[in-house]
Amino acid sequence: MTDALNTSPTPGSATTPGNRQRDALAKLMADRARPTLPGPMSNILTFGWRALLKIKHVPEQLFDVLVTPIMFTVMFTYLFGGALAGSTDAYLNFLLPGILAQTVVFTTIYTGMTLNTDIHKGIYDRFKSMPVWHPSPLVGAMAGDVIRYTASAVIVFFIGMIMGYRSEAGLFGIIQAVLLLNLFAFGISWVFTTIGLLMRTPGAVMTLSWLFLMPVTFASNIFVDPATMPGWLQSVISVNPVAHLVTALRAVLEGSATLPVIAIALIAPAILLAIFGPVTMLLYRRQR
Amino acid sequence: MDAPQLAIEVTGLAKHFGKTRAVNGIDLRVRAGSVYGLLGPNGAGKTTTVRMLATLIPPDSGNAHVLGLDVATQAAEVRQRISLTGQFASVDEDLTGRENLRLLARLLGFHGRSGKARAQQLLDAFDLSDAADKQVKDYSGGMRRRLDIASSLIVPPELLFLDEPTTGLDPRSRNQVWDIVRSLAQAGTTVLLTTQYLEEADQLAERIAVIDHGRVIAEGTPAELKRSVGSGVLRLRLVTPDDRPAAHQWLEQQLGSSVTLEAEPTSLSIQLSDTGRAASLLSGLSNLGIALASFSMDQPSLDEVFLALTGHHTEPAEEALTP
Repeated sequence: MTDALNTSPTPGSATTPGNRQRDALAKLMADRARPTLPGPMSNILTFGWRALLKIKHVPEQLFDVLVTPIMFTVMFTYLFGGALAGSTDAYLNFLLPGILAQTVVFTTIYTGMTLNTDIHKGIYDRFKSMPVWHPSPLVGAMAGDVIRYTASAVIVFFIGMIMGYRSEAGLFGIIQAVLLLNLFAFGISWVFTTIGLLMRTPGAVMTLSWLFLMPVTFASNIFVDPATMPGWLQSVISVNPVAHLVTALRAVLEGSATLPVIAIALIAPAILLAIFGPVTMLLYRRQR
Repeated sequence: MDAPQLAIEVTGLAKHFGKTRAVNGIDLRVRAGSVYGLLGPNGAGKTTTVRMLATLIPPDSGNAHVLGLDVATQAAEVRQRISLTGQFASVDEDLTGRENLRLLARLLGFHGRSGKARAQQLLDAFDLSDAADKQVKDYSGGMRRRLDIASSLIVPPELLFLDEPTTGLDPRSRNQVWDIVRSLAQAGTTVLLTTQYLEEADQLAERIAVIDHGRVIAEGTPAELKRSVGSGVLRLRLVTPDDRPAAHQWLEQQLGSSVTLEAEPTSLSIQLSDTGRAASLLSGLSNLGIALASFSMDQPSLDEVFLALTGHHTEPAEEALTP
């Protein structure tokens, strides 16, 4: 530090590149082209593009999303199928819509975890200081999550079909199911963005999210028909949003879906969006 | 153009987090087109001030006008005319440099070809073309900083906030950032810069505000500031520690009490109000037969500035824990 004669730095010892840069910068600053600012929808798509770029650069993040559903489908079908439904084939037809719901609902945790790791980085300061629609970084990230949800749903269908599953409503039913799953996931994601903003570490987000998700996925009609369960548990299941989703998915994939069944499945996510959307935005603005 | 004379005008700005008064009544007046330095230690309230002025967090009390706009009620308009380069690199580490610039360009309305062209222009100007398609996590500190500043210039702002732009950079990268700031100033951009280094503020800023515990404790041009704290520090290293008592005694006789014995047993440092005295002190020591291993003339460190201005050393404030 205090070695001989290190007074002030020699200003730009390589003067030529320095001058060149100065000129380039001057030109840059002189070009004050200011395109019209894009609207919220464009902002959301841009942030969705960011999510895609992140998947492109860090493809490992899709690994969990792809492997877990394979494990669940195979494990539960062969483990419980014979005992619960007489044959694995019969059980698979009952289980698959439930496994779809479980898989996608579990995947929503990633929204909270990704936000939690992302939000502490300086780039969010930049987003907030820019003239963009404030919720767009979050909504855009969720738009990117569509890839995750759809990928995990497609994997479940794919594995299911290899194992002998057939949808009575065909491809149209499958597309409807994926759409329904995405809408449901978008609604409940806001619970996890709230948790993601409240917790300090991704690990804490994960733990708290599981505490919330374990009961709603297991105390449901995913694995068995609740008819054999005690009355109090049946009443719990009758108000469980995941159970309504599974009922709607079964109907959609059987081709027997009615509008009320689907509407009931979407009530809970709509309410969660209405409550946790504003809470998320409030927490997001308060972040420092 | 109805450009206001003042790019930033702040009175009584305050913000507290729980019990911590991060910013405790700050007044600032920054002339449009100038580089202004906020100098202070970690946790003094520099970053919180910048975050309020850049509309990231609302002030608890006080008035803040940026480019003539009220940050509390006209935040959206403010955001269209400023850029922020935060203390922690405000770029996406997973993306490449080019993708970062194109992402931000799209948010600002440069679509397709115009976005690509602007990104390339910025990459060229900031000497990042070679690394344009590498992920930012593989960038050096200096490259990351340059990308960070480039990201702030997609639409050239009227006011640029640079929060500790050279903290953690090697001297070469620091000089590059200094050159960039000087070029921006020449182009007429107002720059509000925070720093922990007096030397940096001295090199770049037209005026400096020294911040401590959320308050402005001194304000003025670098020359005025240095006049009040002494113009520099002469650091000496003797050949043998045995000479130090004699050197110390003689220097104190010459100057009064501004001689500090450093922890290292051959080193002394001397606060000078007039750098011109250094030569006579050096020759005086040599006349006494005291041999010098090295000497250097440095600007006072932030700690020495604080000692002179407040009578206390810089101390880590609570805010430093939660930046």
